[in-house]
Amino acid sequence: MRDSDFALRRLHSLLGIIPIGLFLTQHLIINHFATQGVEAFNTASDFMGNLPFVLWLEWIVIYIPLMFHAFFGLYIAFTAKPNTNRYGTYRNWMFSLQRITGVFLVIFIAWHIWQTRIQKALGADVDFDMMADILANPFMIAFYVVGVISATFHFANGFWSFLVTWGITQSPRSQRISTYVMMGLFLALSVIGIRAIFAFV
Amino acid sequence: MAETAVKERNEATAAKTVQFKIQRQDSPDSSPYWETFNVPYRQNMNVISALMEIRRNPVNSEGKQTSPIQWEMNCLEEVCGACSMVINGRPRQSCTALVDQLTQPITLEPMRTFPVVRDLVVDREVMFDSLKKVKAWVPIDGTYDLGEGPRMPERKRQWAYELSKCMTCGVCLEACPNVNDKTNFIGPALISQVRLFNSHPTGAMNRDERLDALMQDGGLAECGNSQNCVVACPKGIPLTTSIAAMNRAASVYSFKRFFGSDHMVD
Repeated sequence: MRDSDFALRRLHSLLGIIPIGLFLTQHLIINHFATQGVEAFNTASDFMGNLPFVLWLEWIVIYIPLMFHAFFGLYIAFTAKPNTNRYGTYRNWMFSLQRITGVFLVIFIAWHIWQTRIQKALGADVDFDMMADILANPFMIAFYVVGVISATFHFANGFWSFLVTWGITQSPRSQRISTYVMMGLFLALSVIGIRAIFAFV
Repeated sequence: MAETAVKERNEATAAKTVQFKIQRQDSPDSSPYWETFNVPYRQNMNVISALMEIRRNPVNSEGKQTSPIQWEMNCLEEVCGACSMVINGRPRQSCTALVDQLTQPITLEPMRTFPVVRDLVVDREVMFDSLKKVKAWVPIDGTYDLGEGPRMPERKRQWAYELSKCMTCGVCLEACPNVNDKTNFIGPALISQVRLFNSHPTGAMNRDERLDALMQDGGLAECGNSQNCVVACPKGIPLTTSIAAMNRAASVYSFKRFFGSDHMVD
């Protein structure tokens, strides 16, 4: 870590919002096409899957930032000593939940990439039926619901700390207001994500 | 009448005892153990007066003679920070911990974020080393008289005074989930001290040096925003505001340092 620690942690904070947070938002919104039927979802998914330079886009916008954020995040999570039993405050719970959801998301996202993107690389078609097959299993529905809610929580709460980390929200009042804004973001993204999951069921 | 009242009160309190459960440790390397004590109740007693009573008569609740408990104290009015310990699960000063306000048995433990010397005595030297690292002072030494420094606006002095109340007691480090043996995070108090000295008109002439130190390994970036420090601070110092303020200063400064600037200290 040494002297580069500051730069690495700031990079970790930035990458969580740009591009990962933006990609998550985009991903959940595209998924929402599933609520308009099989045809609408397949059109959207074909459009996304056939973008020009799609492999470059995937590596630069998704895989490299996501891997750095995930592995450096694991280091951050496992060097903390959560103490919510001593201080049961809202912020201390958010601190612990941010780390718990982060670790869970590493597992969830790895599984999700295996089930979709890697299967595509092995020759499967990414379409409505692929997700419908996956979500035919009730255990998978639960896994995906928890995964999506963890992701929206981790993004919204991470956005709150991003604003503090970069010195944008400084006073207690500004931090309180951003808490409410991020609660709204969490709820909105969760509704979009959950609606999409149940459109496949 | 008054005499009868005093007599009645003394009789009522004479029978009362206060139970203390104290975590002890004989040397820095030995393992800790618990010992309980029943201390005769007196009106308005604090944790320190109870520890003094145990020192006067070191007999534990089983009636066995034992060694007196070691702890540190100095000012007895919550301005020095020496008597900090974990009381009923929370780090605070034992001088202002009033027995009447605590649930019994009252548990006392050393602040294990720091190396334990003996019983409740811990070594807070890591904090003093960190103060040196971040240059928490105003350098004025020279070979000739530099004259008066720039004036400080009165209203700025008033809020800076709040930051200067920090007594390096270590309670915020004990409360912080990111200050532990797996990290070398210097802790919230030190970040707030940089803000104090960087806002001093003469101290600001070296603000870049302190920001450089804060951006080293174990510095500012290790904060995880659990915000326990501001809840725990006995002096009510706005530690999380200081951290966010230093985050902003470090954001601007890191760009200046990377791209180069003629405005490193203004």
